Amino acid sequence: MAGRCILKCVQPKNIIPQIYIRCASTAGLSGFEIQHKTPTIKKVMPIPKAHYGGRHTVTLLPGAGIGPELMSYVKEIFRYAGVPVDFEEIHIDPNSDTNDDLDYAITSIRRNGVALKGNIETRSKDVGVISRNVALRNELDLYVNALHCVSYPGVTNSRQKNIDLVIIRQNTEGEYAMLEHESVPGVVESMKVITRSNSERLARYAFEYARRHGRKKVTTIHKANIMKLSDGLFLETSRKVAKEYPEIALSDMIIDNTCMQLVSNPHQFDVMLTTNLYGSIVSNVVCGLLGGAGLLAGKNYGDHYTVFEPATRNTGASIAGKNIANPIAMLNAAVDMLRHLGHKSHAALIQNAINKTVNAGIITKDLGGASTSRDVIDNILKCIKQAQN
Amino acid sequence: MALLARNICRVFNQAPLKSSARSIHVGATRFAETDVEPDQKLKCTLIPGDGVGPELVVSVQNVFKAANVPVEFEPYFLSEVNPTLSAPLEQVSNSIARNKVCLKGILATPDHSHTGELQTLNMKLRKELDLYSNVVHVKSLPGIKSRHQNVDCVIIREQTEGEYSALEHESVPGVVECLKIVTAKKSQRIAKFAFDYAVKNGRKKVTCVHKANIMKLGDGLFLRSCSEIAKLYPRIQFETMIVDNCTMQMVSNPHQFDVMVTPNLYGNIVDNLASGLVGGAGVVAGASYSPECVVFEPGARHTYSEAVGKNVANPTAMILCSVKLLNHLNLRRHAEQIRDALNRVLNDGKHLTKDLGGQTSTTEFTHAVINNLR
Amino acid sequence: MSDILSKISGARLYSSQLHKCTLIPGDGIGPEISAAVQKIFEAAKVPIEWESVDVTPVRGPDGKFGIPQAAIDSINKNKIGLKGPLMTPIGKGHRSLNLALRKEFNLYANVRPCRSLEGYKTLYDNVDVVTIRENTEGEYSGIEHEIVEGVVQSIKLITEEASSRVADFAFEYAQSNNRKKVTAVHKANIMRMSDGLFLRCCREAAQKYPSVKFEERYLDTVCLNMVQDPSQYDVLVMPNLYGDILSDMCAGLVGGLGLTPSGNIGLNGALFESVHGTAPDIAGQDKANPTALLLSAVMMLKHMGLNSHAKIIENAAYETIKEAKYLTGDLGGSAKCSEYTNEICKRVTAQTK
Repeated sequence: MAGRCILKCVQPKNIIPQIYIRCASTAGLSGFEIQHKTPTIKKVMPIPKAHYGGRHTVTLLPGAGIGPELMSYVKEIFRYAGVPVDFEEIHIDPNSDTNDDLDYAITSIRRNGVALKGNIETRSKDVGVISRNVALRNELDLYVNALHCVSYPGVTNSRQKNIDLVIIRQNTEGEYAMLEHESVPGVVESMKVITRSNSERLARYAFEYARRHGRKKVTTIHKANIMKLSDGLFLETSRKVAKEYPEIALSDMIIDNTCMQLVSNPHQFDVMLTTNLYGSIVSNVVCGLLGGAGLLAGKNYGDHYTVFEPATRNTGASIAGKNIANPIAMLNAAVDMLRHLGHKSHAALIQNAINKTVNAGIITKDLGGASTSRDVIDNILKCIKQAQN
Repeated sequence: MALLARNICRVFNQAPLKSSARSIHVGATRFAETDVEPDQKLKCTLIPGDGVGPELVVSVQNVFKAANVPVEFEPYFLSEVNPTLSAPLEQVSNSIARNKVCLKGILATPDHSHTGELQTLNMKLRKELDLYSNVVHVKSLPGIKSRHQNVDCVIIREQTEGEYSALEHESVPGVVECLKIVTAKKSQRIAKFAFDYAVKNGRKKVTCVHKANIMKLGDGLFLRSCSEIAKLYPRIQFETMIVDNCTMQMVSNPHQFDVMVTPNLYGNIVDNLASGLVGGAGVVAGASYSPECVVFEPGARHTYSEAVGKNVANPTAMILCSVKLLNHLNLRRHAEQIRDALNRVLNDGKHLTKDLGGQTSTTEFTHAVINNLR
Repeated sequence: MSDILSKISGARLYSSQLHKCTLIPGDGIGPEISAAVQKIFEAAKVPIEWESVDVTPVRGPDGKFGIPQAAIDSINKNKIGLKGPLMTPIGKGHRSLNLALRKEFNLYANVRPCRSLEGYKTLYDNVDVVTIRENTEGEYSGIEHEIVEGVVQSIKLITEEASSRVADFAFEYAQSNNRKKVTAVHKANIMRMSDGLFLRCCREAAQKYPSVKFEERYLDTVCLNMVQDPSQYDVLVMPNLYGDILSDMCAGLVGGLGLTPSGNIGLNGALFESVHGTAPDIAGQDKANPTALLLSAVMMLKHMGLNSHAKIIENAAYETIKEAKYLTGDLGGSAKCSEYTNEICKRVTAQTK
């Protein structure tokens, strides 16, 4: 919710919101003025949201591995709790060498505005077939990945207690630009792209987020001592933006040091602002500290669309179908989605049930518990029932 | 993929799968039919309307009571023909906005209002709540004899602009101008609604009904908006049809239609036409949607005022509305229970109201439904 | 008002001498079915001399394509015409010929009788309604503009003059064709002023014809009841758009546009036509169904007061269809157009003797 508001303040990048209308605001202008003083004004007609009679439609991309399993849990709980959300489920064939399914999924997100997603697998080794996860983010211009990491007291195998930090990661460029080539045999060049406009809107998002959530400090994670130009630009931009937010402190830290600090003293961090690859590293480290891949949920924001997914982007193919996958991350993503859609009471209902279940120690093996996925879900359903009656 | 998931779920889950349609991708989930049914009653605004509305509403209330449905009605008498008894519109719309659901009979719209106003009460209510989309699902019911069988189409109608703008004036005596307003924004909104409806309900085709060959700008804009939105739905077939041809096709071959999206007036025509095909105004349910609320009301809007107090009106449409309402409120068990009872009564054929060729009175019909509740 | 009435009845002032009548064969299957009609008329010894004209658009002085002056003169002189289906060429600069004819001759009322034909089975077997549609204004006034980007305003124009004219015609028609009831179809509960005006004109006209019953119905009610029980309606009179929709719907009830005749009554003459398409795919193959044009021609005869001839031809056509021996492809038969025509001719000759 807040994310959406913040994004409104951020300079929009000129990217494909479908319906352009040439806006001829010609009132009181002479022909000369229209021709020379008003360059083609493009008015963006937002696609109406799929929100009817209090119900939302949301795109559901189950993805691969444990994705379909987890999604079915989400659907079961939504149904049970009477959440006014309908899913449009889209399956992407991992073996396909064409991008038809992916294109359809992207179209679907465009018209619904919001998606819940597992990790999509790209099995094809064809160079032409790009990583579908990355393609999806780029295509929808989901430039922010926000990850709120909080400890669960009930998770016994977590290394650090009482962590509460937010990672804001650039999501569409940097090292993930997918521009690689082999210039001569045996020599591969990979391009890392940092742009001022993207860095700036990300930084602005981070500071707005900090301001609205009462956070005190933003830490920029970089490697500007080595990559002086690219990470330098990122760091420079964040410093510039910080001037507009005097009440929020800005610090910066080099990525290798950050990893070390995270495992030794994570409490020093508040909001972390990172480029794409470093964000991936940092979020996995933090998730590891808190109890593993199955716990936290991440949010991907663009100017027009939002995609929710588990924080660590793993398919978990090895444990698929064994009834041991941890459903909490996906459920947290679903709760985030409900909050974003404005269904606050349902979000709170499910969130409380999840927290109660996890803190009561009914957790799967990866968190040090002994329960199956089914047990966890059953207990959550029980908590929902108790809360409603 | 689906097969794999199904196999997995067989291995892991011994729980019987209740419905085969849902067995795809359920994984280890159990679709137990025990949704949470909160103890406190859900609130729903109730507008009995004019004509036979109050009788039909009583019938629904009796069925609800018999089925123990945890819904509490908040009744408001709203009427244009009886302005002195009518509750203020603001109060009613506030109630609907609060409860988010409403069950509504039909409001009579007289030719002239006492105050010389051009907007009808219905229009005002729609405008107030932005109930822009009217959905009428026309489906042949079992046990009802009509000329056409197996009709199953959904008519989605824009109902906040178009011909119903209430912008009229007499420029010189004897010459009246009536404005029809079409905007891109609302046209796109309704088109999007129609396609989303089609996706959600697994429908294959959306037909845009228009008269753009004559009204090149107005209906042209509507048509263009629909085809623009259609591009976002590559897996749904999009078709256009001129309204006069559409009515002709409707009476000769209604099976070719799936989802239809129409501007205001054409929707009104097609709604009624299609309702006539499956048994009349007494058996077709509809609903009006805004982003936030839903108003459930009979699909063809006739007050049937000549039958007031005679106890002969058919409550089927109203009961179907209430079933939709229960589904919307996540009370699926009750919804199914009532729908089954209704289907049993209709299939039985012993209790049919006058409009369907029977002799049963409204109360007897209601009793029959109640007796069939299981 | 008396002026209008005299014009309506003026068309009836024909005596039994030979009349001249303009024939526009039309495009596609038009020439075939026109020939069929001419043949049947000959067999029935109808005192009509056809004056066939070509309306292939010619470039007018304004650079636009339009109807040739000769055709206009012919209809203006004869005051009556029969027209096959016309194809409006697609492309800029072409006005719809139908529209042009309508404008040229002030054809203010469109009459379409829809009757179930015995022998051709549809779901409805008791349809016998006449739709009379105001043809010059209403929603099809053509006044539209885009106020700001994305907001279009179309004007529906209702005038007292045109409304009274068509209402009077409807009652006149009902009276002279022994119809019992006229129903005004309107939506005055929503469009209170415009449809209200139309309704008022109908009420006023009704008072002048006490022998004809008059009732008012909402458009949606008519739609609903029409598909349930069409027999409760007789003559329907309505504004432009509603008429367009309802007349096609009624045609749908009885089996499509291939069976429904249509007449346009105007101030400067009357034009009868078949409203179906030109069917270029079967043109010239002797497969077309001439019934719609034939029945339109029969309407024309009635309009001219040649009732006995009209009756004979009408009956012959109905019987041929009822017998179902010689039905064209569109009615589920396998007869050729010429066979069907010959059969009607045979019956007509038998009666005329």
